[in-house]
Amino acid sequence: MAKRIDVSDLDIYYGNFKAVEGVNLSIEPRSITALIGPSGCGKSTFLRSLNRMHEVIPGARVEGKVVIDGQDLYGSDVDPVDVRRQIGMVFQRPNPFPTMSIYDNVVAGVRLNSTKMKRAALDDLVERSLRGANLWTEVKDRLDRPGAGLSGGQQQRLCIARAIAVEPAVLLMDEPCSALDPISTLAIEDLMTELKERFTIVIVTHNMQQAARVSESTGFFNLAGVGQPGRLVEFNPTEKIFSNPDQKATEDYISGRFG
Amino acid sequence: MRTDTQAPAAESPASAGPVRTRRKLPRPAPAALYLLGLLAAAALSALTGFSIALTAIYGVVLGTLAVYVAARLVEGRRKATDRLVTCLVWTAFALAMLPLVSLIYTVLDNGLARLDAEFFNSSMLGVVGEGGGAYHAILGTLVITGLTALISVPIGLLTAIYLVEYGTGRLKKAITFLVDVMTGIPSIVVGLFAFALFALFFGPGIRLGIMGAVALSVLMIPVVVRSAEEVLKLVPNELREASYALGVPKWRTILKVVIPTSIGGLATGTTLAIARVVGETAPLLVTTGFVNGTNLDPFSGRMTTLPVFSFYQLTQPGFPPEFGIERAWSAALVLIVLVMALNVLARLISRFFAPTTSR
Repeated sequence: MAKRIDVSDLDIYYGNFKAVEGVNLSIEPRSITALIGPSGCGKSTFLRSLNRMHEVIPGARVEGKVVIDGQDLYGSDVDPVDVRRQIGMVFQRPNPFPTMSIYDNVVAGVRLNSTKMKRAALDDLVERSLRGANLWTEVKDRLDRPGAGLSGGQQQRLCIARAIAVEPAVLLMDEPCSALDPISTLAIEDLMTELKERFTIVIVTHNMQQAARVSESTGFFNLAGVGQPGRLVEFNPTEKIFSNPDQKATEDYISGRFG
Repeated sequence: MRTDTQAPAAESPASAGPVRTRRKLPRPAPAALYLLGLLAAAALSALTGFSIALTAIYGVVLGTLAVYVAARLVEGRRKATDRLVTCLVWTAFALAMLPLVSLIYTVLDNGLARLDAEFFNSSMLGVVGEGGGAYHAILGTLVITGLTALISVPIGLLTAIYLVEYGTGRLKKAITFLVDVMTGIPSIVVGLFAFALFALFFGPGIRLGIMGAVALSVLMIPVVVRSAEEVLKLVPNELREASYALGVPKWRTILKVVIPTSIGGLATGTTLAIARVVGETAPLLVTTGFVNGTNLDPFSGRMTTLPVFSFYQLTQPGFPPEFGIERAWSAALVLIVLVMALNVLARLISRFFAPTTSR
């Protein structure tokens, strides 16, 4: 299920503006990879390029290769829609569909893709996904209520349940806890540790403790200067990054002596 | 104590707290003072022979002045300015309401007389003087407006979806510009356009219900496009992204996420657009013509609608004229009720479809 991702010489552009330059890294299956770095350095852009989500912004394009289990995601015969079915995404702000109930939100990926499923199979999928997102006990009695009525932390876990319901190989998370309180954050971190048994997880975070707590590998992105593209400065096992980084810039950022 | 420029301590010795306290006018005082001003104005205008218009003008000035001066003396400058502006806003509100109230009163006064069962049950076929009704005009309005909606809503909604979801660059700008231009076309020009279009195929002198529907569509499409565009833009981009991230193609995202999220606004906008064209007269005069009998087939023969019916009953009331004029007012009343009903419907729709967040 979980897959390996290899990125080589990836440049990402918005129109003529080069946002990210020369990224090379390998993401191991069944692991959590954290991306850290200051705002505007291209972490989220890079994350979105992994499932071709950045293409929804007009003028965005990439050069270079993103290979998942031997297949180039940017090959001419690859449909971005199929890429996104394999690589799910959770966003910074919880975004359940406001017109749908909790139940419908979880099965949205299946239903919107018009996959025909029996009611019993759907019920089963909802329970499995909500249990997987640690939300089942809290909402099992009100599955028909609107998803937008949940608390922020519950909404975010609902979005995770929605993302894992389509059984992706990789789960991308773009600052999933930045709008949440510490208790909800803890719930989602525990969840990530459970999910990595089945999925490859890549998470962008501004919270360095979070990166240190949950991830096996960490990548540090930084800008060379104002108006310059962001770069991957260092990519190493998390322990090494947080104890003995190769680069001075990484150490400065992690220890708060940045800039 | 007299002005607000004094030190806080002197302002109110009774209060020991850090927040300055002030004297205030009692709650009913401003209204009472304003009424006093109105009375004084009535007396003033009575000096030169009483007139309502003069009383109103004097009254607004004197009432506002009375409230302002009193507030200035008691409450200080800032509060007095507040009261002054409040008076001005209320005056503007009254000015804006005056024509509406007067119009509704006049129409009710003149129209209720003939608003009987016969009015709704009979056409004008063979009626010269008393009696007759607008049965044919009411049904004609419904048929032509329904046909207009049938043409305009799909075109308008699809255009709006194109503009918001797909359109980029020059084509989008050009369409937006043309829609803006369409909004400003005078309705009689639209009528002449439809007339000329059908005259090309069927020869001059042709009058059909469908011609009226085509003309009204030209008026309605830009209204639908504009309102639908605004509503679709309100759908948060995060929802589209959430859908894309689940591997849902764009067209299904629009169909299953964007449109359901905005359906209330779309329905409201469409209903208001229908209300906008249901009262059009000028384009229908030249396209659907006028007939005394009932014709429900928009593809053959002339049709009558309520506004045109009202127009002809007023300009050619027959003999004796008062019955025709009465029918014209009643038709106007029915039309107003119809438009109001559509507006109420639009509100109900938007309330009914609003996404609920209750737990």
